[in-house]
Amino acid sequence: MIILQTDRLSVAFGGVRAIDGVNLAIESGQVYSVIGPNGSGKTTLFNLVSGIYTPDDGSIRLAGEMVTGLTPDQLARRGLSRTFQNLQIFSRMSVLENVMVGRHRHERTGIFADLLHWPSVARQNEATSKAALAALARVGLADSAGRPAGSLAYGALKRLEIARAVASDPTLLLLDEPAAGCNPVETEEIDGLIRSIVRDGITVVLVEHDMRLVMNISDRVHVLANGRTLAEGTPEQVRSDAAVVEAYLGVHGSQEAVCAFD
Amino acid sequence: MRTLLEIRLLPALAVAAIVIVLPYFFPSAYYFRIGALVYIFALAVVGLNLLMGFAGQVSLGHAGFLGIGAYSVVIGPVYFGLPSWLCVFVGATVSGAVAFLVGRPILRLKGHYLAVATLGFGLLVAIVLTNEAGWTGGPDGMSVPRLALFNWQVRGSDAWYWIAGTTLVGGFVLALNLMESPTGRALQAIHDSEIAALVLGIDVARKKLTIFVISAMYASVAGSYLALFNGHVTPDVAGFLRSIELVAMVVLGGMGSIVGSLVGAAVLVVLPQVLTIFHEYEQTLLGLILMVFMIFLRRGIVPSLAATFAGRRR
Repeated sequence: MIILQTDRLSVAFGGVRAIDGVNLAIESGQVYSVIGPNGSGKTTLFNLVSGIYTPDDGSIRLAGEMVTGLTPDQLARRGLSRTFQNLQIFSRMSVLENVMVGRHRHERTGIFADLLHWPSVARQNEATSKAALAALARVGLADSAGRPAGSLAYGALKRLEIARAVASDPTLLLLDEPAAGCNPVETEEIDGLIRSIVRDGITVVLVEHDMRLVMNISDRVHVLANGRTLAEGTPEQVRSDAAVVEAYLGVHGSQEAVCAFD
Repeated sequence: MRTLLEIRLLPALAVAAIVIVLPYFFPSAYYFRIGALVYIFALAVVGLNLLMGFAGQVSLGHAGFLGIGAYSVVIGPVYFGLPSWLCVFVGATVSGAVAFLVGRPILRLKGHYLAVATLGFGLLVAIVLTNEAGWTGGPDGMSVPRLALFNWQVRGSDAWYWIAGTTLVGGFVLALNLMESPTGRALQAIHDSEIAALVLGIDVARKKLTIFVISAMYASVAGSYLALFNGHVTPDVAGFLRSIELVAMVVLGGMGSIVGSLVGAAVLVVLPQVLTIFHEYEQTLLGLILMVFMIFLRRGIVPSLAATFAGRRR
């Protein structure tokens, strides 16, 4: 089944076509990576798909349903979750509370019940914190549950964001550079984490600069350059694509690369 | 489970204890008056703190709701013959409705822009109260009919001390409950990152509106009490200075600290009374003391002291 499909998706900012006619077709249960040089539009594509930007043209379908123009919270309630390249942590809340917010879309809320702390609210709080703890255990942060989120180290915050997104039980998870700024050991942990998420049947779309991680883990890779699709295919196909090599290394560099391989 | 419940409501129990015990140390009826004023303002400050400290949305016009509440207990009994206690609820309902209508367009604004928009709302209420002299008595205000509860004519500072104290404990309980609920967590999330709250499925606009309405209702009840307690009301109750005073109480006591709301209100009600002995230097000293507080306890009195004690214990 195609979980996410975009058709000629386009958006322009002040005359610059940041995303220009991009078609995505992502199979459910895969790891799908979007790569490209800096400024090629990867994060913009994520912002379009997650409803933060509205496309000027083209359409987005989530599990076959037309979702173009829906807001991020509406999309979240349809099972789309994401993380951010520049961390968006609730730094004043505890680590556990951060992940509990991730459960929000599964919680029944009524303002009167909440004000009066109705027994149902207490029961639900317990269930939410249990689910949140399980998500934290999964990323190895269960021991930090009670700490203020702002006090965690960078690598831990990256994993906390993933735990928060996973806690919402998404069907589609967008990860924006989960390994950025991580050392090789931390990157290895992220790799394992993504694999375990996919095993749970969650489709993962990945924007990442770490090529080893991308080539290792992806079922398919989509290469962007200047907002347009440069290539799409399996990691092997993309790696050997002349246009991709050129985009990354420049014409001169790619010739050098050919020489080096010969 | 049991202990969890107790921890959540601990601050409310502490306030209840303070309300009950404090009168044993009062040398005269004057102290009941000050106590009642502290609790009334604290009630409004708890509401504003939910909006500012938890949800991170500023309001420089909150005295507008204080004004709506205050004039409700005048206009209702005088022109419509309604009982005063009912008008406290009517005022809160009207304030909530006004907050809902005003909040929808202006809560889309952020930071300074929201501050200016709420400021404008507060000024508007004050102007209406001043100019609609046929209903409000104009700049001179009106005297407020006494509160009567089941044939009991409420008079005297001690009676108001108990009414305000009890209501404040109730206000504490509701606020503390709210903070440990899905809505409370959503509000705190909005404060730290609106975008992250959105992508987790939180309807940010609706949550902001909800807390704006609730905080308006807190202010309205406080305004009604203030009018009934003083027996007279003028448009100053909704004035800009009152709004600033409420914000100062929130910040001084500690943003996001429910207990801090009471402390902030207490300091800003009691301090001017104490400083009257310095005559013409009163205002200067008040300003100076507030600056010193903010320099040394920059996160507000309660959070800063809590952090200091927590650090020492470790």
